[in-house]
Amino acid sequence: MRSYETLEDLPEAPLATVLSDIIQTGSWRTFRPVVRKEACTKCYVCWKFCPDVAIAIDGDGYPTVKLDACKGCGICAEECKPKAIDMVPEE
Amino acid sequence: MVQAVISGNYAQAYAAKLARTQVVAAYPITPQTTIIEKIAEFVASGQMDAQYVKVESEHSAMAACISASALGARTYTASSSQGLLLMHELLHWASGARAPIVMGIANRSVAPPLSIWTDHKDTISQRDTGWIQMYAESGQEVIDSVLVAFRVAEHEDVLLPAMVAEDAFYLTHTYEPVDIPTQDQVDRFLPPRKPSSGFRPGLANRYGTFIGPELHMEFQRKVAEGMERVPRVFREAEEEYERITGRNHGGPMPTYRTEDADAVLVTMGTAATTARSVVDVLRKHGKKVGLAKIRVFRPWPVPEVRALGADVDRIGVLDRSFTFGASGAAHTEFAAAMYGSPHRPLVRDFVAGLGGRDLTPPMFTQMFESLLSSEKEEVSWVGLKRRPEVTVRG
Repeated sequence: MRSYETLEDLPEAPLATVLSDIIQTGSWRTFRPVVRKEACTKCYVCWKFCPDVAIAIDGDGYPTVKLDACKGCGICAEECKPKAIDMVPEE
Repeated sequence: MVQAVISGNYAQAYAAKLARTQVVAAYPITPQTTIIEKIAEFVASGQMDAQYVKVESEHSAMAACISASALGARTYTASSSQGLLLMHELLHWASGARAPIVMGIANRSVAPPLSIWTDHKDTISQRDTGWIQMYAESGQEVIDSVLVAFRVAEHEDVLLPAMVAEDAFYLTHTYEPVDIPTQDQVDRFLPPRKPSSGFRPGLANRYGTFIGPELHMEFQRKVAEGMERVPRVFREAEEEYERITGRNHGGPMPTYRTEDADAVLVTMGTAATTARSVVDVLRKHGKKVGLAKIRVFRPWPVPEVRALGADVDRIGVLDRSFTFGASGAAHTEFAAAMYGSPHRPLVRDFVAGLGGRDLTPPMFTQMFESLLSSEKEEVSWVGLKRRPEVTVRG
């Protein structure tokens, strides 16, 4: 990765060559989504609605929360039809 | 060269087509709509090989244009008034991303009260967004300015977006003879854009990244430097355009009969046509008056303004918009440029023609006569309708 110190170092436009997933925003979280697999129907509505693309699908087909990126907004729990996601207070 | 009788809006559309624009994303608004309708017709009939992106708002139109332009596509859009204001946030993004989009503007007043007629408030409100701004007087100037704008905006020393403005209805919907350059002429003047250096298939990069106080200022300076290089690049582009088409509209601020003038009026847009005819009439009556026309408002043509101010003692600036709490924008800029000069002409502001109010020859005569006789550095609203003062007879 190049480091920029002065005007002369900069590219013309503010172009970043690393992806934004290096910025870990999970520490902002107050509530953590926890998926109860016994209630989950694998409909993936949570995956579709997550505004931060913080939900991945594990090897068994269940949604799993990427806690480095999840800000705890609770949209997944709100949208989940079988109410299989609980928002648990962070310690 | 083909001579055709077309509207100012069609001149915009023909220029976008001749430039071989690759992406157009636009949203209709009166009186701009016929620009993008004509382009849609060109694309639908196969005369223009462009991707035409239909969007749900001007905000989205500009967002799509920024993405296309950042990838290296030649990109054009058009807007006006409230639509341009809705784009405002994205106009800053376009210049900051160094996306050389060219945008046609139908200069229209801003509500309230709602009005669709000529006024420069819409574009003047965008003067600090980092866009090059040009104002046209005729259909011919529209087509030539749009082509020059592409070349200047895309120049590697500039890389900034540019808007080419035309007065609502006086120009957008007025049909007049226009020499349309041939495709071969335009191809020689405007070669294809170079591919983007930042984006290519298989490489994940992103624009608009978060930056802290340690380098934000330096990125602002980069935009400032791009803008500072415009006058040279613009001059070279116009010289090249003249070599190919035989036409040159005279730089950022052409003048008319100013050599020995006692008073000069500075205008923008279509007002120049009427003002020029009044100059000729007043000259016949022995009044030494002249005209200057701001074609490029951003970057502000400081050397040209100072040269005019060094030769002429009385200058009136006609503003077709008003900056509440100060004076008209062109007046403010003109006076500021003269402050750094050893010459201090009288610089007055005439605010007129707002919201499509016609600027008539008697109004220009009144402005010139007032300019020749008064020493007051005041802002005058010309043609304002007032209740006649009641005089008490003794």
